[in-house]
Amino acid sequence: MSDHEYTPKSKFGKWFNDRLPLLSLASHLTDYPTPKNLNYWWTFGGILTFCLITQIVTGLVLAMHYIAHADMAFDSVEHIMRDVNYGWLIRYIHANGASMFFLAVYIHIFRSLFYGSYKSPREIIWIIGIIIYLLMMAAAFMGYVLPWGQMSFWGATVITNLFSAIPLVGEGIVTWLWGGYSVDNPTLTRFFTLHYLIPFLILGLVVLHIWALHVPGNNNPIGIDIKKPSKDTVPFHPYIVIKDGFALLMFMIVFAFFVFYTPNILGHADNYIEADPLVTPAHIVPEWYLLPFYAILRSVPDKLLGVVAMLSAIFILAALPWLDTSKIRSAVFRPLYRQFYWILVADVLILGYVGAMPAEGLYLLIARVATAYYFLHFLVILPVLGYKEKTLPIPLSITEPVLGGSPNLATAKNNESLNK
Amino acid sequence: MSEKKTNRRDFLFTATYAVGAVGVGATIWPMIDQMNPDASVKALASTEVDVSSLNPGKTITVLWRGKPVFIRRRTQEEIDDARSVSLEDLKDPQKDEDRAKDPEWLVMLGVCTHLGCVPLDQKGDYNGWFCPCHGSHYDTSGRIRKGPAPTNMEVPKYEFVNANTIKIG
Repeated sequence: MSDHEYTPKSKFGKWFNDRLPLLSLASHLTDYPTPKNLNYWWTFGGILTFCLITQIVTGLVLAMHYIAHADMAFDSVEHIMRDVNYGWLIRYIHANGASMFFLAVYIHIFRSLFYGSYKSPREIIWIIGIIIYLLMMAAAFMGYVLPWGQMSFWGATVITNLFSAIPLVGEGIVTWLWGGYSVDNPTLTRFFTLHYLIPFLILGLVVLHIWALHVPGNNNPIGIDIKKPSKDTVPFHPYIVIKDGFALLMFMIVFAFFVFYTPNILGHADNYIEADPLVTPAHIVPEWYLLPFYAILRSVPDKLLGVVAMLSAIFILAALPWLDTSKIRSAVFRPLYRQFYWILVADVLILGYVGAMPAEGLYLLIARVATAYYFLHFLVILPVLGYKEKTLPIPLSITEPVLGGSPNLATAKNNESLNK
Repeated sequence: MSEKKTNRRDFLFTATYAVGAVGVGATIWPMIDQMNPDASVKALASTEVDVSSLNPGKTITVLWRGKPVFIRRRTQEEIDDARSVSLEDLKDPQKDEDRAKDPEWLVMLGVCTHLGCVPLDQKGDYNGWFCPCHGSHYDTSGRIRKGPAPTNMEVPKYEFVNANTIKIG
């Protein structure tokens, strides 16, 4: 696993390491050669690890006070908010932590899209990442059900009913998921169990994600293969540790702002009303991080096709390494892709916005155009662009453009000749 | 390799896999089936409702199997509306006569067939029901007329036990 042989200095360390090479692993992680040009967009891996640990720790504490029963769940959440020492703080960290987790993961994903980090030889890292993202959505959805408010109940009803779109077996699957004929106590208890389980599955996948990363090493802003270790790399510790740490501090300021100053802005007031199976709230919307997919679901007038479109929008990402036919990774050297990239970013933001609005009139029209473009980007633009696009010349090493004063090889060569 | 004959060892492998698969299946099935509705949920399968106080033009909503059931005593105007619709105008063609045996009484699950929200009474383009979640419009017979829902609101099994009592389920 390690790129170099490591021998512990102490006799005990050597004895232990021969039996369980934990010290070798630690040495590999600290010395791990990292491209020296990583920018702050690369710090979100560390930030996401922090988010996961935060959710697990605060979740463990909340589970000590929460009661997963349809008659008691709502009251137990209020009990946490009012009676439990620092319960309000722990719950607000957990609830806003979910939003922060998704904020970070979206930046992390779009970083990958910009710099082509999903391309060979990093496809497995990417696919594991998509599975983690899917599990995050499942965990977030089930966690949102637990307070048993109106949005919890009706969100659970709408999302589980998505499965009823499956021909023939759909209704049976929904009854099985519910453990009854509607969302009720059996649904709540199993959602609690799964909500508790999924973060540990994610933790396991994060280990695989990092393991798969450490085989080829990090991609970098100019997207070229580098020799490691070389003058193009720096050891992970202390260089990247300090950079990740600083970015994490900045991120925690944003996090703390939400927790302490506006803890409910990302939630819905309806969820402070206890679940009522007879009354649906006037306007049901999912949490903000699921809105683009919700917009895609609603933009298709057919029930089954709507569900298919929504799921395809997520699963299409797993095929991305093969849909993008360009050999050049970084958008820095892909002038056309760079423009389509920003159109895609805008497209997803627009989908998110219309997802929060009522599905009628102009909003519906916009949602349909944006949905069509989303699929067009992945299924047509990306495959064609790889053949048609005239890319810029890429530098031979990370050090070269730095010394040449430009990321562009031609300019760098030019500068060199001028300096002679 | 292609000419290799099936021998006793292949037979043993296949037999072992087959028995193993049955064993694994038999072990997994209880784990899956425990999530289906349990005996206590199934026991609540029918509800009796007293409808003597219901005036024409009013709806009551009762809970049956955790789901809302609309019981509406329709006005003559609503009945005429529902019965005059041509079947060709319907997304899920169904005669009102088949949905409401006694034309005055409409009994149906108050669950939108799109994604399960509870539609609002006396709303929408057809003066029937309107689902606020994704905008499905139902007529005075609870049939889907406009919007993403694929089918009419479901009519459960029900019967009049006597003139004033409906038994659902």
